Amino acid sequence: MNNVEAAKGYHLMTGSNPYLLIILLIAGALVFALTPLAIAWIWSRKFSPPKPGATKNAIYECGLESKGDAWIQFKSEYYLYAIMFLIFDVEAVFLLPFAVAFGGLPVGGAIAMMVFVLLLVEGLAWAWQKGVLKWG
Amino acid sequence: MTPFSQFAIFSAIKIICVFAVTMFIVAYAVWVERKVSAAIQDRHGPNRVGPFGLLQPAADAVKAFLKEDFTPAHVRKVYYWLAPAIVMIPSLLTIAIIPFGSQLGHQKMVIADLNVGVLYTFGIVSLGVYGIVLAGYAANSKYPFLGGIRSSAQLISYEIAMGMSVIPVFLLVGGLNLSQVISYQTGSIFHWLIFKCPLSFIIFLVAMFAETNRLPFDLPESEQELAGGYNVEYSSIKFALFFMGEYAAVTAASAMLVTLFLGGWTLPIAGLDRPAATLGVGILQILIFLAKMLVVEFMVIWIRWMWPRFRYDQLMDLGWRRFIPLALANIVVTALVLCLVVK
Repeated sequence: MNNVEAAKGYHLMTGSNPYLLIILLIAGALVFALTPLAIAWIWSRKFSPPKPGATKNAIYECGLESKGDAWIQFKSEYYLYAIMFLIFDVEAVFLLPFAVAFGGLPVGGAIAMMVFVLLLVEGLAWAWQKGVLKWG
Repeated sequence: MTPFSQFAIFSAIKIICVFAVTMFIVAYAVWVERKVSAAIQDRHGPNRVGPFGLLQPAADAVKAFLKEDFTPAHVRKVYYWLAPAIVMIPSLLTIAIIPFGSQLGHQKMVIADLNVGVLYTFGIVSLGVYGIVLAGYAANSKYPFLGGIRSSAQLISYEIAMGMSVIPVFLLVGGLNLSQVISYQTGSIFHWLIFKCPLSFIIFLVAMFAETNRLPFDLPESEQELAGGYNVEYSSIKFALFFMGEYAAVTAASAMLVTLFLGGWTLPIAGLDRPAATLGVGILQILIFLAKMLVVEFMVIWIRWMWPRFRYDQLMDLGWRRFIPLALANIVVTALVLCLVVK
């Protein structure tokens, strides 16, 4: 490998490409999280085999015997919040590049972005007025 | 040594050190939490294992391993096993991009200096909800299910407030890279972003409590009504992983808060806000960062024992009808002020 290629390789590995490190780190974090589970699993295989029983296997609830299914109905409000979340999270993603580019933007660009923000504020105001944001 | 092997060795050392320090902090955060709560409630707290109960975390870890690794009959097995692992991972990944010091020799004290910085953090933080929701779903019983549902709604609500609260910070800094955020905060203590965007700081702080499921926003757990919430069907090491995951998330969030608003590893005295020239200064800056982070973490623990829990409707109300409009107004006002001042 000549010097130019070596320098290229170095930049690929360090300065210009820290994402390789992130991949390495994800692998590290996975190993870190799965090792205790694996050790516990081996330990329980070798030294403490599970001893299930009717009461032990029962669903964890207080005092009384559990009635009905775990598939209970939950409030539709949760669903509405999820939809609202989608809109605003996408907005936040658009706002970050805007914030970075702000220093170099002409006044017109800044105003256009403000109009975009106000459009979403209008969405929030609409939902508010409709009572979507009121819990229960 | 070739540049690559040098790079690989230093990266591996950095990753191992950061993991080790984080896990040490997590273990002793539990100890501090128990001691602080005991002091507040006029009890002794752990004091049997070692001096001042200092070996309690080790004893707890051994106990968690030796308990029966019990899987209830009614759970969804694969998800039941996956959830505790998934809870741990996001907080470990968030710590990767936080600069915990300037440099030692020529090595920058950050695992991965991403130029998209905070965008990556928010992507990873969003993954945090999966562990808890999956645990609630896998348990296949009512309390965990309710805990998981509540948690997902809470996390996504406050994620928006959190994401929007930091935008004024980046309007000022002009870049998403966290090293850039820190170098912006050098010079004087009043350059710290807590003084430049106080409203951002307040919203971020509150959202941080909600995102890490800490009191006053620990609705997913709420012991008195859900008996512990999403993790009640778990035992032994799997339960311990949820516990560690919570404290790892608090540690990561504290580190983020320190980096964004409290100047990171810098102190505006004695030239400590410039990249270190010697090893000693480099280590001192790492210690400064750790000290700031531990102060924030201590505050998080302290608040848990001082505040009552919010009701769920109050929680959603605060998130959607107070903080999101406030954060939006904060963005608009900051942008307008910057426009008038700069242009």
